[in-house]
Amino acid sequence: MDEALTLFDKLWAVHEIARRDDGETLLWVDRHYIHEGSFNAFSQLSARGARVAEPGLTFGVADHYVPTRGRGRALDNSNIARMVSTLSTNATASGISLFGLDDPRQGIVHVVGPEQGLTLPGLLVVCGDSHTSTHGALGAWAFGIGASEVAHVLMTQTLWQRKPSRMRITIDGHFAPGVAAKDMVLAIIAGIGADGATGHAIEFSGAAVRALSVEGRLTLCNMSIEAGARCGMVAPDDTTFDYLRGRPYAPQGAAFDRAVEEWSALTCDDGATFDKEISFDAAAIAPIVTWGTSPQDALPIDASVPDPAREPDAARAKYLRDALDYMAIKPGRRLADISIDRVFIGSCTNARIEDLRAAAAVLSGRVSKVPGLVSPGSSLVKRQAEEEGLDRVFRAAGLEWAESGCSMCVGINGDLVAPGERCASTTNRNFRGRQGPGARTHLMSPAMVAAAAVTGRLTDVRPLLAGRKI
Amino acid sequence: MEKFTRLTATACPINIANLNTDQILPARFLNLPRSAGLGKFLLQDLRFDAEGRERGDFPLNRPAWRAAEIIVGGRNFACGSSREAAVYALFDYPIRCVIAPSFADIFAGNAVRNGLLTATVSQDDATMLTATLEAMPILPVTVDLDQQTIGCGDRNFAFSIDPVRRTRLLNGWDDIALTESYRDRIAAFKTADRAKRPWAMPGGAG
Ligand code: SF4
Repeated sequence: MDEALTLFDKLWAVHEIARRDDGETLLWVDRHYIHEGSFNAFSQLSARGARVAEPGLTFGVADHYVPTRGRGRALDNSNIARMVSTLSTNATASGISLFGLDDPRQGIVHVVGPEQGLTLPGLLVVCGDSHTSTHGALGAWAFGIGASEVAHVLMTQTLWQRKPSRMRITIDGHFAPGVAAKDMVLAIIAGIGADGATGHAIEFSGAAVRALSVEGRLTLCNMSIEAGARCGMVAPDDTTFDYLRGRPYAPQGAAFDRAVEEWSALTCDDGATFDKEISFDAAAIAPIVTWGTSPQDALPIDASVPDPAREPDAARAKYLRDALDYMAIKPGRRLADISIDRVFIGSCTNARIEDLRAAAAVLSGRVSKVPGLVSPGSSLVKRQAEEEGLDRVFRAAGLEWAESGCSMCVGINGDLVAPGERCASTTNRNFRGRQGPGARTHLMSPAMVAAAAVTGRLTDVRPLLAGRKI
Repeated sequence: MEKFTRLTATACPINIANLNTDQILPARFLNLPRSAGLGKFLLQDLRFDAEGRERGDFPLNRPAWRAAEIIVGGRNFACGSSREAAVYALFDYPIRCVIAPSFADIFAGNAVRNGLLTATVSQDDATMLTATLEAMPILPVTVDLDQQTIGCGDRNFAFSIDPVRRTRLLNGWDDIALTESYRDRIAAFKTADRAKRPWAMPGGAG
């Protein structure tokens, strides 16, 4: 009998062009996404006088710098205008399809790829962005690369890699109401640490993962990079196939059915072994928020922040003190007593339609105590949300309903959290200054951000859901 | 790409675990071309306050360490965003080597492609080196890639690095030149793969 293989082993084998004695392997890349930040790689191409090898497998999306207000008007910030126009100049000159600023399909690259059916099970997907791990939710092998690798892929459609170790994270059981994929992934990162999966390809499995929608799986895989993982993936199943059927760039009709037959073999064989195995019980996971400056600094909402004075390890005590100092939180304070200044619902982690529905279910008929911004993950998500009337819920609650882009996740389009302000956010990084210099970020699920908006402080969403349809 | 063989220089300890690339080069500088000189923005918000004044207590601002070419970092150095510009900022400062107990994967790959050495040492050796440098900031540190050793005062200890990355740095090799020699194998792979996985083309065009 053949050796039992993990899903990752199978994907690796399909893409291997050549392997050297030292283990370096040349791999074929099926999809390459680019965005405004790709200009560094295009400079490397022009310095070499090189051309894009496979423009038909490369897709551009304007997301990081795009304004979320005043779409359709001329861009008034020359820096931003230059970033957006450089992307379209490079894409056009190379024959690369672009979902640019005014395209109805524009959005965040990691939302658009799956939404358009460009990301498919079994594909090797890369992008010069660490959250490319997101696409693993569809059973793709997807990872972020740096500018030199982007240039290499543009020039050759290939990439040199060494096989990572394999790790399985199993989440069994059922989620309690009000608990979402975001809580699951924050619990995992808090459990294994911000470098707990470094050097590993993660496969997520177990009943709770199977029960997740594709949207939830995208959230889960999105943040696998925050545990240091090379990539995160979920084996494709009927949920995946139902999601992909009819998407514009997916195979159509009979070709789709034939593809499903092949995709169905993309599972982990019985008896396959992993270098590392971890398991969690979904029922034990409560709504989670971060309190510090790394995604690993996460605790259930009913907990209190740590007290460095009670930490015996000196290095750990210093880490806690520095994080609490930056966040301006007193040691030992109850999370639920921390008040916030604003909320943000957006990003490639949590701005798909299901996320907006979850937030709207909490906000419906209620008013936000703080200002806030809602930026859908893509322009198509925005349209669908408007068809469902979600925009009216957000507006009635006093939040701003904006266009799609990376927006306040990284702030380079000008959507910033002010210095010293505290933001409840559906994003993926609570790093110092991530949402703007001096900004303080608390990560949580869309429903938890909505709950924080309603009370003006970090809040357990569960009581607010009583009697509501979720 | 510049080769790395051996370096003797001052080394600045920045003992922060999970120091991320957003801190190494904040996102607001990512629209600048490398030619703008990203070294001056290295660790901007740790080196300077909101008014642009130097923070005197940050190690890289201390007179002895200003001209450091080596950083002794904490665990999970340069996690987070894949921005290669974080490597440009380090290299252009000019930092040539980072010594740390562990590195984030994407950063380590970006570093080797730009001639920046990532030397992995045990937590104990990192702690010892940091303590030594804090006591004697100007003590030079020697990093020898061929021998895979770090020397500082009367101490000498080993570091680890992926053997492929080591060879690349020692020779200053560049991926593109290597890949060029596989041109025929790539073309053959592509033809066979299109027949085998027609669904892998956008739109399943085959
Ligand atoms: S939304 Fe945030 S994390 Fe996602 S691609 Fe944009 S900047 Fe990166």
